[in-house]
Formats: sequence, C-alpha cells, structure tokens
Amino acid sequence: MTASAAIEIDHVWKFYGDYPALRDYTLAIGQGSCCALLGRNGAGKTTILRILAGLSSHQRGTVKILGGSPRSGDVRTRVGFLGHGIGVYEDLSARENLLFFARIVGLDNRSRTVDDWLERVGLARVATMPVRQFSRGMRQRLALARTFLHRPDLLFLDEPFTSLDDRAIAMLSQLLVEARERGSTIVLSTHQLREAMAIASHVALIENGRMRFAGERTVEMLEDPALLYRLHTELGAD
Amino acid sequence: MKVLRQAFSVAHKDLSIELRTKESLNAAGAFAIAILLLLSFVFDPFSDVVREMSGGLLWLVFAFSGALIFNRGFSRELPNECLDALLASPLSPASLLIGKAGGIFVTLLPVELVSLFVFGIFYNVRWWLHPAELAGVFVLATWGISIVGAVFGALTVNLRLRELMLPVIIYPLLIPLLIGAIEVTNSLIANHPITDYEWLWARVLLVFDVVMTALAATLAETILVN
Amino acid sequence: MRERLSIVLAAVAALLLANNLHAMFLSLPDEAMQGAIYRILFFHAPAAMVGMIGYFVALTLSIMYLSFGDFKYDSLAASVIEVSLAFSLVNIVTGSIWARIIWGIWWTWDYRLTSALVCVLIFSGYLMLRRAIDEPTQRARLSSALCIFGCVDVVIVWKSIEWFRNQHPGPVLDFRTGGGRMDPAMSHVFYMNFLALLLVATALVLIRTRQESTAREIDSLRRLAHAA
Repeated sequence: MTASAAIEIDHVWKFYGDYPALRDYTLAIGQGSCCALLGRNGAGKTTILRILAGLSSHQRGTVKILGGSPRSGDVRTRVGFLGHGIGVYEDLSARENLLFFARIVGLDNRSRTVDDWLERVGLARVATMPVRQFSRGMRQRLALARTFLHRPDLLFLDEPFTSLDDRAIAMLSQLLVEARERGSTIVLSTHQLREAMAIASHVALIENGRMRFAGERTVEMLEDPALLYRLHTELGAD
Repeated sequence: MKVLRQAFSVAHKDLSIELRTKESLNAAGAFAIAILLLLSFVFDPFSDVVREMSGGLLWLVFAFSGALIFNRGFSRELPNECLDALLASPLSPASLLIGKAGGIFVTLLPVELVSLFVFGIFYNVRWWLHPAELAGVFVLATWGISIVGAVFGALTVNLRLRELMLPVIIYPLLIPLLIGAIEVTNSLIANHPITDYEWLWARVLLVFDVVMTALAATLAETILVN
Repeated sequence: MRERLSIVLAAVAALLLANNLHAMFLSLPDEAMQGAIYRILFFHAPAAMVGMIGYFVALTLSIMYLSFGDFKYDSLAASVIEVSLAFSLVNIVTGSIWARIIWGIWWTWDYRLTSALVCVLIFSGYLMLRRAIDEPTQRARLSSALCIFGCVDVVIVWKSIEWFRNQHPGPVLDFRTGGGRMDPAMSHVFYMNFLALLLVATALVLIRTRQESTAREIDSLRRLAHAA
C-alpha cells in the first residue's frame, strides 16, 4: 500500500455481544487507490464498509479516514456511500431526492448540479416522477446519482454491481473510472470478481473477520480472478 | 446554526412526503374525531363538567392520535435503507432527530387545531377565550410529544414489534408533560384566572422540553449509530 | 466467587429478616390508630426505597456502559432494573393492601403510589425493549439510552404528580397517624428491614447478572457456530 494512506484501519475489533465480527483487522488504503474487499458471505466485508461509512462503531483499535474519525462531519462531507439499499425516497421525485441530498452535503448550485446528474444518468425526462413509479433500472441509476452527486473523494460501495442491469453496470464502471482519474479513493466489496479485478488497484481478502491477504492487484489476479481465494483460503486456518 | 439548517432540511423533506401522501395526517385526524365521538358516550356532552375537563379530553385525544404520526417518523426511513444514506452523509444525528421532531410537530399541530375546532362544536365549548396562552401551551406540549416521539421512533426503528412497543414506552414518559398541558388547558378553557399554579405547569412544560431536547441531542449518535 | 457472595448475602438477609419478623410480631405493639396492619409499613416503604435506589444505580451503570463499552455494566443495569421493578411491585401491592384495610379502597391515587406505578411502567418498557432486541451490543446501547431517559423523567414525574396531588387532594398513604415522627423502636425495625431487603436485592442482582452474562456467551457461541 502507498505511503500516504487515505484510510487506516489499525487492529480493529468489532463485537456483536461477545462474538468478534472483526478480529484484529488492519488495512491501509492509499490515496487514489481502488481496493476491492473480497470474501465470502459473512466474512466481514459489510462490517468494514459500515465502519468506514460511519454507520457502525468498533470496540477496539482505530480507524482514520483522511486523518479524521469516520463519524466526523468533515469526513462525511467527502464520502459517497452505496449500501445494499438504494437510499432514495419512494414518495419523492428523482429531482426532489437529489435536491435533498445536495442540500445535506452542502452543495452550491444545487439545482444545476442535480439537473446535470439527472441528464447524465438518463432520468431527466422522468425527473418529476415519484420514484415509486420507477423501474428497477431507473432506481439503480438514481442511486448512483445520489452517491456520486457531490464528487466524493472517498467512495464506499457495498456490492455495487449486484442486481444492476447492463446499462447501470456500464454507468457505474464509467463513474468509477472517472472517480479514480480525479484521485478519489474507492473501497468496494463484491462477489463479481471479474469486475472487481478490472477496476481495482489493490485487493484485500477477509475471512471470518480476519485479514487473509492485502496487496496490489496483479496481472495473475486479473487473468484468474479466483486465484486469491484458492491461495489464501487453502493456507488460512482459524 | 448548521444543526438547525440540517434539521430544517430533514423536516422539510418529511413534510413534503406527508403533504403528498397525507397518510399520517388523514389517519390521525380521523382517529382524533373518532375518539371525540366516543367520548360523547362516556359522559353528558352538554354538562358544565366538560368545560372543567376539556384539557384532559383534548390532550388524551392529541396524545393518542399523535402516535399515528410519530410512528411514521423513522419508519419512513426504512424502505431502501434511506436511514443508512442519511447517517453516512454529513447530516449530524442530532440534526436528524430534531428535524424528525420538527416534522412531527408541524404535522401534529394542524391535527390538534382541527380537533380543537371540532371539540368546540361537539361539546359547545368556547375555547378561544385566551388564544395566546392556549397557543403557548399547544406549542410547548406538542414539541414535547414530538421530541419524545422522534427519539423513541429512532430507538425502536429497527426492532420487531416496533408499532406495539412505541406507545408502551412513550406514554409513561409523557406523563409530566400531559399533566402540565391538561392543567393549564383546563384553566384556560374554563376561563379560570391564571394563577401561580398554572405558571408552575408552564415552567414544567418548558423544563420538560428543554431537558428532553438536550438529552435527545446528546444521545442521538448513541441511539442511531450501532 | 460471585455465587458464594450471593449465598452469603442471602443467608445474612434471611437471618436479618427472621430477626425483624420476630421484632415486628412479638416485640412491637400494635399502632395506636391503625392496629396490626401498620406492620406492612416495614415492607412497603423499604421496598420503595430499594426500588428507587436501584433505578438510579442503573442510571449510573448505563452511563458507564456507554462510556466504557464493558458488558458487565449492561448486565448489572438490566439485573438491577429487574430487581428494582420487583421491589416497586411489592411497594405498590403492600400500599394497596394497607389502603384497603384503612380506607376501604384498593387504590387512592396517592402521589407516591402513583409515581411508583409510573416507574413500573417506564422500566417495564425497558425490559420489553431488551426482549425485542436479539443482538447484545445493540440491546445494551439502546436500553442504556432508554434507562437514561427514564431516570431523568422519573425525577420530573415524581415532582409533577406531587404538585398535581397537592392541588387535587385525596387520601394519603401515611403510616404515621397524626403525621408525627415514628416511635424509635419502630424506626429501628424499619431501617433493619430496609437493610435486609437491600441485601436480598443485592443477592438477586448478582444471580441475575450471572444469567445475563451466560446468555450473552451462548449468543456469541451460536454466532460462531453459524459463521463456521
């Protein structure tokens, strides 16, 4: 990992009661890199992302994002988060949803920015329609607009490719490429190994809340996305 | 200032949704009128006693119909995991709670005013004799109900049996507020002189509001962030 | 260690209670105006005191859980509230029995009884909330927040109901007929029984805390088993 770490997770433990969901987890993610969090269901990927997004707290260790706490308002101004849910209100229109989030993140020129994004994600013609009347693909694109609305420096995406249609996948991939080009730091969890390896500069494998591997994404991983699982889950033992 | 600005955004969003759907407004309004109707079978609606206990009747109606409003407060953040999107944003938990309370307040107050109007008609009660003082009580007591409703709405948002638990937890906590609102409203509608006793209850309402709002702001992050 | 302590406390409490009962029924005479029923005082008021102390101990423990994140504070807080609730119920039931004998009515809306009832409702809500949450960390966090709100509210409730009752008087539960001081012999038994009930409460809290810790261990083993 690079010297200037945007994200530092240092010996973090997260407990649910006495059960450790994360065990002595350490990971540093450099500024401008894209880290794919890999691991099977229940490994701890969502737990890490929720801690980074400030949705969950940890009991031991430290987490620093751009030198500050994940719960700090300044940090969260620079974060874009996309979880399992799309995070938009069914009874508001697409435009109203984006205007609300634009207001929350303190964007200037809200109206213009929102209109530009609606155009970008192909929802300009249905901007005033309530989200409850949207198709699944339209909702997904609106969720992407909400996440990327304020051009965040940090992106935390939990299985973003899951359930996306082709148009949304293409859109998301493009948005991620642009984010990387402007130097944003991206952490995403995914089961879609091919998409992950294509976009990630680094990978981190987690198993039973423990770090199994963290390092640069190699050409071998790109050619054989399942390589990491084969190597490190065979060797790893609790 | 930032807290209030953010809270205003949240309240504005909730009110936009409520004005569009009118789910809580209609339900609470209808429920309030149904209770007022039922009360007419409990005692003689034309007796002078009604004036003396107007406050009690009204505030029970408001407290119960208010449940339909504060039940919706945080539950509307559940679909599509909107609550996560809000908590991951720069919005502070305290602003979220206060904004939610603001939304409940602005929704509940019209229901109360309509109920007051209907109450006056049903029970032949002249409630407008001290409008400024009555408005003051309504504002203080409704804010108390709103902030407690918002806090416990947040506390129970992810729980099963949420709708069952919320009233069980909230009503005992609201007792001091309701006693104060009832006592002062009784005096105002019955046109009794305002004495130190009524001022005592006005202070209780204010203290309740301040203490509960301060506690809510302090514990907001504890309640909302796991 | 904790088990041994609870056994010792329970044994001491039992001896103290036996001694107190002997004093109540065989040493002390009947009260001048109330007759034999006044003896219920020796359980009614100490139960209320133990209950009230318990709620504010739970407040402190809840604040400590939120500050330090150690589950032992949460287990203790939950146990203390359960035991305090039981003692509050003893307070209410004994007060009711006294009122029935003296006033001929089961319930007088006396401000202290009413406030005790409100406390029972608030902290019953606390136990209901705990029951509704499976995950231990969330359960501890949310019930601590509720405990803080509840205890702060209890103070406002107590004074509010007292002021309300001053304006709207009704029968008052006062065992000191004539409103005077308690006889010194009676005072002695009163405070000795308060001590006995406090020891009983402490023993119960220790037992209950152990159960809470065990339940949490079982929960974490279950999660471990599911994760494997």
